[in-house]
Amino acid sequence: MREHLNFMTIKVKFFASLREHVGQAEAEIDDKSVRTVADVWRSVTKGLAFPDNTLMAVNMDYVEASHSVKKGDEVAFFPPVTGG
Amino acid sequence: MLIEIKDRSFEPYQRLLEYQTSAGFAGKYGATAVFVGSMREFNQGDDVETMLLEHYPGMTEKYLQKISEEAANKWDILDSLIVHRIGEMLPNDPIVLVAVWSAHRAAAFDASRYLMEELKSRAPFWKKERLSEQTRWIEKNT
Repeated sequence: MREHLNFMTIKVKFFASLREHVGQAEAEIDDKSVRTVADVWRSVTKGLAFPDNTLMAVNMDYVEASHSVKKGDEVAFFPPVTGG
Repeated sequence: MLIEIKDRSFEPYQRLLEYQTSAGFAGKYGATAVFVGSMREFNQGDDVETMLLEHYPGMTEKYLQKISEEAANKWDILDSLIVHRIGEMLPNDPIVLVAVWSAHRAAAFDASRYLMEELKSRAPFWKKERLSEQTRWIEKNT
């Protein structure tokens, strides 16, 4: 049942300062109007401004906001990385 | 080629020796380039008490693997090792170990520099510092 649910939705993750800014770590959306990463942001954050330096990934690869998404994808938003 | 994420303090020189001893390139390497990054007790003019290192599980490993493969394709190296901490850390704790083995020094130097620079710009890790009276996210790598 859980796998079925995941397959039918887009999983969304937020990390670090962006998670605090958005106020959630994870979400799942099933919104037929969502076609791109930018749409995912709008759908999940309900109109919150998109910070300029935000990085995005689909299925753990970096993408641009115009990248298309489909059901079953994992979409992540996070600030510039600061490891090392 | 190995990457490791550690959620508790590690001894980079001990890990380096263990890996080198167990790896299959004994007698083949003439050069080992090693970088160890550690936590400072100061940043941007403030004393730092502790630091939290967050990562994106899965994507972090994927990108460390990716940059390791890129380095192996770009330079004539025998092997590489990347170890990176996550979780709560104290000043002086090692954050990252990068080691590269090659027959001659140029490849090891160049590949280790590449691994560190790519790790800092592409691997999804984030640092949050705790100062005496506040916490703050590091906004960008220098």
